[in-house]
Formats: sequence, structure tokens, C-alpha cells
Amino acid sequence: MLKSFFLRAPAVTGLSLLIIALLLSVSIAFPPFLDPVNLKSAFDDTALLMMMAVGEMFVLLTRSVDLSVAANAALTGMVVALFNAKHPGAGILPVLLISLVMGSALGAVNGLLVWKLRIPSIVVTLGTLSVFRGLVYIISGGAWVNSGQMSHAFLNLVRLPLLGINLLSWAGVLIAILAFLFLRYSLTGRNLYAAGNNPEAAAYAGIDVGRLQCVAFMLSGAIAGLSGYFWVARFGVAYTDVASGFELQVIAACVIGGVSISGGAGGVVGVILGALFLGIIKNALPVVGISPFFQLLISGLVITVAVALNSGTQRKTHGRHILESKKVTP
Amino acid sequence: MERRHLLQVTAAALGATVLPAFAKPARAAGKIRIGLVAKSLGNGFFLAVDKGALEAAAAIGDVEVIFTGPTEPTADGQIAVIQSLIAQHVDAIAVSANDPDALVPICKRAMSRGIKVMSYDSAISPGGRIVHLADSSNALIGQTLDELAAAAAPGGVGKFAIVSATPTSTNQNAWIAAMKQDLPKYPGLDLVSVVYGNDLADDSYRQATGLLQKYPDLKVIVSPSSVGIVACAKAVEDAKLVGKVFVTGLGLPSECAGHVAAGSIKSFAIWNPIDLGYSVVEIAVDLVKGATGPGQSLPAGRMGNISFGADGVGVMAKPFVYDASNVRKFVKIF
Repeated sequence: MLKSFFLRAPAVTGLSLLIIALLLSVSIAFPPFLDPVNLKSAFDDTALLMMMAVGEMFVLLTRSVDLSVAANAALTGMVVALFNAKHPGAGILPVLLISLVMGSALGAVNGLLVWKLRIPSIVVTLGTLSVFRGLVYIISGGAWVNSGQMSHAFLNLVRLPLLGINLLSWAGVLIAILAFLFLRYSLTGRNLYAAGNNPEAAAYAGIDVGRLQCVAFMLSGAIAGLSGYFWVARFGVAYTDVASGFELQVIAACVIGGVSISGGAGGVVGVILGALFLGIIKNALPVVGISPFFQLLISGLVITVAVALNSGTQRKTHGRHILESKKVTP
Repeated sequence: MERRHLLQVTAAALGATVLPAFAKPARAAGKIRIGLVAKSLGNGFFLAVDKGALEAAAAIGDVEVIFTGPTEPTADGQIAVIQSLIAQHVDAIAVSANDPDALVPICKRAMSRGIKVMSYDSAISPGGRIVHLADSSNALIGQTLDELAAAAAPGGVGKFAIVSATPTSTNQNAWIAAMKQDLPKYPGLDLVSVVYGNDLADDSYRQATGLLQKYPDLKVIVSPSSVGIVACAKAVEDAKLVGKVFVTGLGLPSECAGHVAAGSIKSFAIWNPIDLGYSVVEIAVDLVKGATGPGQSLPAGRMGNISFGADGVGVMAKPFVYDASNVRKFVKIF
């Protein structure tokens, strides 16, 4: 176990160095960026990306992909916002419960279609992405739920300061720690790697690959649902375009963090670094004085370079994939 | 009278599929009947338009407003509704069009029956209406946004920045250009940056947060985008800068009310649907009473005179400014 960590370590080290270099260059261009208040706000912003990327990682590990995470967040976020607007007195616990249950139920829809009907996950989640977004229109009638309609508790839970950072940041940290322990020490967690690394061998070893994929989708869905509530509370508005296009950033964070699109490889530490990397870029671009017309291009270039660098270091260290060229794709 | 009777029968036959037009009573002599067509029923904005229309009708006297519209915001639905209005033989029809071109044939038919057709809010293409009454104009919106920025900055002095939608959004760019053109009137205001939040809450929030970090002495953020204005307000609240930085721009009362209460927004603007409905009825009555429309300046009661260009387009007014004193009243409307 220790050995495998060191095998992965070079990728993580490379990314850490990249992040430090990025922080340094940003702070040269704009020194106040390193101000604790600014870093706190940037970390809040990154926490959402971080937790959703951790959820996505579970799915990627099993050789699947979940394109519906952002749409799931939008739908669940709208449902809890409508619930809160109707029943402001119900408090925050039902909101958290609904977001987790509904998020994992939406994830289960993806998971069951992948598991039972053996439809490729990219096709399934491309479909459910539109279905979930479509449902946001239907249940909201296209109208917004505004911060004025949300209860104080609903809005301020994410802003609750705790030991220097906000609860939203803690939620991101907590989910990352739980995911780390789950993948490292639980049988299901270990099996996720096995199922993605070599599905056929895993099946011979008695691992139900389809069921594990379904579990991964439900975990991803539950986190997406919870993030949906956090998102709506953080920005104080629930509308149809919540987290629009965010699934691509989530997947990018995973890939930058060394999670393999072809399954079976990657870890929580890498994903956190990947999310931090993207989060820093997103929060730094507005302050370093780059023309808005160049921001999209630059963030795209930096991501591409990071992925290229990281996959380079990863290939060299991945002794386990000796049969890569003969790998059977499902 | 003979010709009119014949037309009534034809129109009724046309409208029969939609509504049993024969059942409608004949037009009361002297009373002007105006069909006011919404994009769709059940939309708060148009309910407010109707409210204003009724106010004008009561003020003018002998005017009946028939407020109608399709259940879904489609051009097909509006065509059916206009057909039934033709059958009812109204004197004027005012439409907020779901499609500028699809409504042209049916509106031409209405005009050939002597009905005065105009559009408001969302225009019908020139061939299908006599005049179009726009809520506001790019120039007026730009001027209003400058006024709002000056009102939000203490003493009208300080730095301000704009959080727009996308760099390519036509409306926003036209408004920002108008703002810049009008800006010399406010020597105290210093526009330091224009950034783009892409009409997304998270992007706009991030851009606003960036502005607050980059310009610690920023006084005002102007966002002419309904998504942007609330995201900027949230960013200012989260940065604990309420009272130091004010957000303003274009937004809907229902969406901004919470931030007006929180203090991050002092005032903001958007067209006033009540005034719009009022003006529509005033202009429609002018047309029925013999005004020709394009190139004329027509009286519109308490809204003053509204001039229509040679293309038939007239502009009602500057966007209406909402603040703590009146926003509650409009929250339920739109």
C-alpha cells in the first residue's frame, strides 16, 4: 500500500510544484491575491469543484464517465430551493436530506441504465444531462428562486465560519477525507479500482463490475445533489442555468489530478490538487489584468499543458499497465 | 354599414374555428375596443401591462380593453388569438410578438379590415403593424445606468466597474457604448473596468470578487444583466462590503428585492410594465382617432408625448428606477 502511494507520488509532486509556480506567478502579477481573505473566498469557490470532482472520480475509476453531475446539481438545487421557499420553517436538516437522497436517486438512474441495460455511460449521462436540465425548467416554470425567498438558515449554512474557513470549505475537505478513507480502506473502494483497471479479471475474481459502476454513480450523484444545495445557497439564486457547463470543469479537475479516463488509476490527493489548480486559475484570471477576450483561451491552454505534463509523468511511473496496448475495452 | 356587415361575416367565418364569434355582442357605438395581446397568459409582466392599460382606459373613458393571449408563448397561439379579435371587430390590436415575422400575415389581414395594429415590448416586423412602442432605447438605458451609478456613489464621485454578460452580447454592448458616450456628464465617475460574467451566476460572482480585490476603493458595480446584478450583490454581501460598495444595473424587482433589503443594492432599473400598458392604450386610442403614426409625435397622457420615427418605432421612456420605497409593490408583478 505504501509502495503504491510512492508510485503515484511523482504525479502528485509534479502537480504540487505546478500549483506553487502558478501561485507565485499570480502573486507577482497581483500581490494581494495571497491575502487570507481572498484565499478564503477562492477556497470556498474551489470547494464546490473539489467535492464534485471527487464524486466524478469514483465514476471515472470504473471506466465510466458522468456528464450529468452539473445538471443533477441544478435540478436538486432547484428542488431544495423550492422546498425552502415553500417551507422556510422546516429548517436545514430536511434540505440536506433531500439533496443527498435526490442526488443519489438521480445517480442511481444513470447507474442502473449503465449496469442493467449496458448502455455506455457517456450516452446515458449525455441523455440524463438534458433530462435533468429539462426537469429544472418544468418544476420551476422557468422562474427563479431568489435569495429573498430563501430562509436565513438555508443561505447562511455555507457561510458559517469554523476555525478560520467557511463551512462550505470544510464540506469539501470532509468529503475528500471520507473519499480517501473509503478508497483506501474499504473493500468496495478497493474493488472500484479493480473493476476499472481490468474489468474481465475483476469479474473472474468475483467482483460485480456493473454493480460497482452503479454504486459509483450513486456516490457521484449524492455529492452532486449536495453540491447543488451548496451552489444555490452560495450564489443566492436557483435558476435553470445553475452550474451550466460545470461538468467539463469537474472532469478536467480529475484528469489534471491524474485520474485515468480509461479507469482504474487516480486518487483523491491528485483530484484535490487538480481542483485547486483550476480554482486558482478561475479566481486569478479576473485580477491579473488579462483581457476578458483572452481568459478562456489562456485557461484552456494552461489546462491542456497541465494535463500533458501530468499524463507524461504518470505514464513513466505506471508499471502496472504492462498490458495497456492489449486492453479490452468494454 | 353594408360593407362592414359583410366583413363581419367573413371575419366571423375565419374566426369560427377559434371562438364562436357570432355570440359576441355587436360593438357599442362610440366605445373604443382595444385587444391587448400578451406573449402568454399567466405571465406577471403582462398582468402588470393590463393593469396600466385599464388605468389609461379609465382615464380616457369609453375605452374597453380586451386583455388576451395564448396559454403558451408561441406565435401560433397568438395568431389564433388575433383571429378571434378580428372576429370580435375590435378597433385596435396591440401585440407583444412571440415572433416578429410569423404574425405579419394575420396582422395585415386585421389592418385590411380597418383595425389599427401596433406592437409593444416585442416588435412585429414593419409590414405587420402601424407603430411599435419599445420599452426603452439603448441610449436611454445607457443614460439611466450612468445616473444609477452616480446615485450609488457617495456624492457621485468614485470608481465604478461594469459586469456585463458575454463579450459578444449585442444588447449589453450597445448599452455599455451608450453609457460611455453619456459618461462625460458625470465628471466624478471613473469607469475602471468592464468584465464579463457570461450571464452565469458563478462567473459573475467571481468577476465581481476579482473587481473588489483589484480595486479596493471601488464604489459601484453596474451590471446590466439580470443574472449579473444579483450575483454581484451576493459577492459584495459575502465580502462584507455592504455600505462601501453598491451594486446597481438592470434587474427584475422579484430578483433584486432581497438584495435591496440586504443593502447591497440601493436602486436598480427596468422598464415599468404598468407605464407600458398605459402608453399602449393611449397610443392605440390616438391611432383609432385618426393619427397616422410613423413620423408623428403622439400624446400619451401622463407619459407625455411619444415620438415615432419614420420606421414607426417609438420609445416609451427611460427604464423605471426601483428602490426600497417601491420595490415591494412590484415584487409580485415580475
